Amino acid sequence: MSALSERPANPVVGQEIPHEAASLHVTGEALYTDDLAVRTHGILHAHPVQAPHAHARITRLDPSPALEVPGVVRVLTAEDVPGVNDAGVKHDEPLFPSEVMFFGHAVCWVLGETLEAARLGSLAVEVDYEPLPSLVTVHEAIEAGSFQGGQPHMERGDIEAGFAGAAHVYSGEFEFAGQEHFYLETHCSIALVDENGQIFVQSSTQHPTETQDIVAHVLGLPSHAVTVQCLRMGGGFGGKEMQPHGYAAIAALGSTLTGRPVRLRLNRTQDMTMSGKRHGFHAQWRVAFDDTGRLQALDATLTSDGGWSLDLSEPVLARALCHIDNAYWIPNVRVNGRIAKTHKTSQTAFRGFGGPQGMLVIEDILGRCAPQLGIDPIELRSRNFYVDGQSTPYGQPVRHPERVAICWEQVLTTGDVATRKADIAAYNASHEHSKRALAMTPVKFGISFNFTSFNQAGALVHVYKDGSVLITHGGTEMGQGLHTKMLQVAATTLGVPLSTVRLAPTRTDKVPNTSATAASSGADLNGGAVKDACEQIIERLRAVAAGRLGVHPADVRFSDGHVGKVGGGATVPWADLVNQAYFQRIQLWAAGFYRTEGLHWDSSAMHGSPFKYFSYGVAASEVEVDEFTGAYRLRQVDIVHDVGDSLSPLVDIGQVEGAFVQGAGWLTLEDLRWDESDRPSRGRLATQAASTYKLPSFSEMPEVFNVALLERAHEDGAVYGSKAVGEPPLMLAFSVREALREAAAAFGPAGTSVDLASPATPEAVFWAVQEARGGAEPPHMTAMVEGAPGVVPDQPGADAAPLRPRSEQAAQPARAGT
Amino acid sequence: MTEPIADSATEELLDLTVVVNGVPRHAKAPARRLLSDFLRHDLRLTGTHVGCEHGVCGACTVLVDGQPMRSCLMFAVTAQAHEVTTVEGLGAIDSMGPVQQAFIECHGLQCGFCTPGFLTTITAYLEDHPHPTADEAREAISGNLCRCTGYQNIVKSVLRAAELRAERAGTTT
Repeated sequence: MSALSERPANPVVGQEIPHEAASLHVTGEALYTDDLAVRTHGILHAHPVQAPHAHARITRLDPSPALEVPGVVRVLTAEDVPGVNDAGVKHDEPLFPSEVMFFGHAVCWVLGETLEAARLGSLAVEVDYEPLPSLVTVHEAIEAGSFQGGQPHMERGDIEAGFAGAAHVYSGEFEFAGQEHFYLETHCSIALVDENGQIFVQSSTQHPTETQDIVAHVLGLPSHAVTVQCLRMGGGFGGKEMQPHGYAAIAALGSTLTGRPVRLRLNRTQDMTMSGKRHGFHAQWRVAFDDTGRLQALDATLTSDGGWSLDLSEPVLARALCHIDNAYWIPNVRVNGRIAKTHKTSQTAFRGFGGPQGMLVIEDILGRCAPQLGIDPIELRSRNFYVDGQSTPYGQPVRHPERVAICWEQVLTTGDVATRKADIAAYNASHEHSKRALAMTPVKFGISFNFTSFNQAGALVHVYKDGSVLITHGGTEMGQGLHTKMLQVAATTLGVPLSTVRLAPTRTDKVPNTSATAASSGADLNGGAVKDACEQIIERLRAVAAGRLGVHPADVRFSDGHVGKVGGGATVPWADLVNQAYFQRIQLWAAGFYRTEGLHWDSSAMHGSPFKYFSYGVAASEVEVDEFTGAYRLRQVDIVHDVGDSLSPLVDIGQVEGAFVQGAGWLTLEDLRWDESDRPSRGRLATQAASTYKLPSFSEMPEVFNVALLERAHEDGAVYGSKAVGEPPLMLAFSVREALREAAAAFGPAGTSVDLASPATPEAVFWAVQEARGGAEPPHMTAMVEGAPGVVPDQPGADAAPLRPRSEQAAQPARAGT
Repeated sequence: MTEPIADSATEELLDLTVVVNGVPRHAKAPARRLLSDFLRHDLRLTGTHVGCEHGVCGACTVLVDGQPMRSCLMFAVTAQAHEVTTVEGLGAIDSMGPVQQAFIECHGLQCGFCTPGFLTTITAYLEDHPHPTADEAREAISGNLCRCTGYQNIVKSVLRAAELRAERAGTTT
């Protein structure tokens, strides 16, 4: 147990408490960014002019007719930008483009007294376009050689020897879809110019510091002239990690030019057609097994569909490569990655950040190959688990690999898997037109930002003279319960009741230079910083208490709002001690800082130990598939997941359940469709509403859903022994997809292997059933090929640049006057 | 999906009166002002949230004469002469209704954005079905979307709300 991970007696962490803002949420009092608009006098509303082409040059843009529309105040164009006309950190995302790069690209923005006036104004803006050829699919981009950014290469062992000596070699291709975040609250920013030209931006952003950086560089200001606050988000899921910056910059620019507050809230259609999504991927692979089904070699080339600009595509791709092994030991590995440049929205972070895409490749491979190998998939997977002493393909030793096996055994037992498998076999034998299957999949997910520098955080803790405590930290709240956990951490470290501590909204003038609330790292990083700040204050109070109680400082204990000595005896109320300390001129506030120790990572070589630890989990899912329609039911799900010693069990179980369902949505329901035709609407997102983009609802919920947290799961390397939870359980949903595959295969003879498209919609399952019954390969799928040495995936050209560490860095804001 | 704000420069404004949470509320708004926008922007009752903007997600659900309605699919003018209840009308922090209390206890929310629509929907449902089974609870709220929770705790919240309701009524379940 480390000093970081050890809990005091009677800690507030670990208690099952409700979300800190629950009472505000249930009474309608919790404010989101857009709720501030009606509370802001004289606010203007921004509306975009969206281009109706996937790719075009803007030959003329005349905003003057818009100014004739009653209520229109101003049209913002590239000429208005005092700083840099760029909304991203890669300098490849002009805020006001001269070239349209995707259907729906905003070419300028209209400000109006009302949103309706701004909308009518946007229709009046005259724009002439010269349409250009466009690449809409990842295949088109591969054929055209249209790539962007670095091309990472990860290799271990001897790839050719791995294939040469193998008993079984298979090769295949797999293309799978991305995912729309569909946070219930769309992107929103409100900006105003405060006293002395200070820009104040309220934004629904996971990364206030980077929003601040981008606003500053668009306005040509130093960062100290811009403050960003995020009250909370109505969901983020990665979609507000890098995407909010441009919208915030538009609002801030409008505010500086008009002197009035500006509100930019995307409506749902705008949000879906303009903001980035999870990357879809294309994978070419060949794999080798020995005669017992043990993985010998994996050779793969992953091509992510990056959309029109880089955004976070490089680190997403790096994480995909780092998770292609999932929980499996593969001695010989070669994986190449590249980012297709297509005329679509700029794809971005989404819960898992490439990890799910990498892991989907290996889980698909194992699901397809198990019948060929004649090994039950449950056995095939567990046979390949990492064991102690083994390392990932990028060279990081796998710590606690036994936790996968423990979770696996627990699910086998508590889920009564053997009995249910027998029941399923009996059901399938007696039902010709309906089949069931149960599949189990593991998760191993690396925690920390790959890019080492991001693994730092800050916090500001104030203790007031009356003993009440106000904390702020660099993380943002999007429903994940981070603020709840931070309150628990502060109360635990200070030894006060939860009610003594209040949390103030995330602001860049309270805690500077923060990392995104992302990579599941919010509690680890900010919790470390909150704890550090509280400990500084406690150390100062300890001396005061020692004098008052007449004991050695080391023997002072802070617990439940009372300060006493080890072993009991007289105590002093916390507030009295604080008040006394004030009069002794003791500093009662502290800035805390945390950096994750022991990380190193070379992205150009794709080698190192980028992760502080791995999170583990296992799920078993049982489905029933109808032969005639491909429709299915999710009958039962059993999960055991490792969150370390939970900081907040209600919050953590909620995260596991929510992530699983969101993962199941990605893999089975949510079907992004772009117009791939040659019509003028080419490149248009066809699924731009909740009516056409199917989200998980109650109807798709598991009929039985059992979630347990792994016990005795202490993690030495994180605050109070906990582990991250946000992303890893999303990937437990692979079990649903694999169960659907096995149920479809059950319509064919024993040993049938089917190719299942992703998402595995009822339509995709229908085609998989047809394949199992001797029909053709499902649409958009490619049949697997057997035989050594396999089909070698595309290899990078001589001119392919590796990832560069710099490419993962955030933008430096432009300095004033430069 | 437009959202005109007060003092529309382009449309004729009507004097509207809608009884919201038991109080007649007056505002000027155009004829095609959505009830959701009227509540949020004209009456500043921002507890009602707009999610999908076309009747699918249910986040904007309010009660009209006690029945759940999508306020994004209804004009404010048509709500005149009806009684509208929003999340603000279900109970304040010191006087919460059973559904509100249950959502807190059962961790039935994460980001909270969909929550008001669930609360109104469930409140109306329990009026007519005070003792639902788990299956009935699921069915009752199957028209609302939540992107965070995975729904399990929302089902628990419905069942717990029914218990709290019965306790408050002095009966046993």
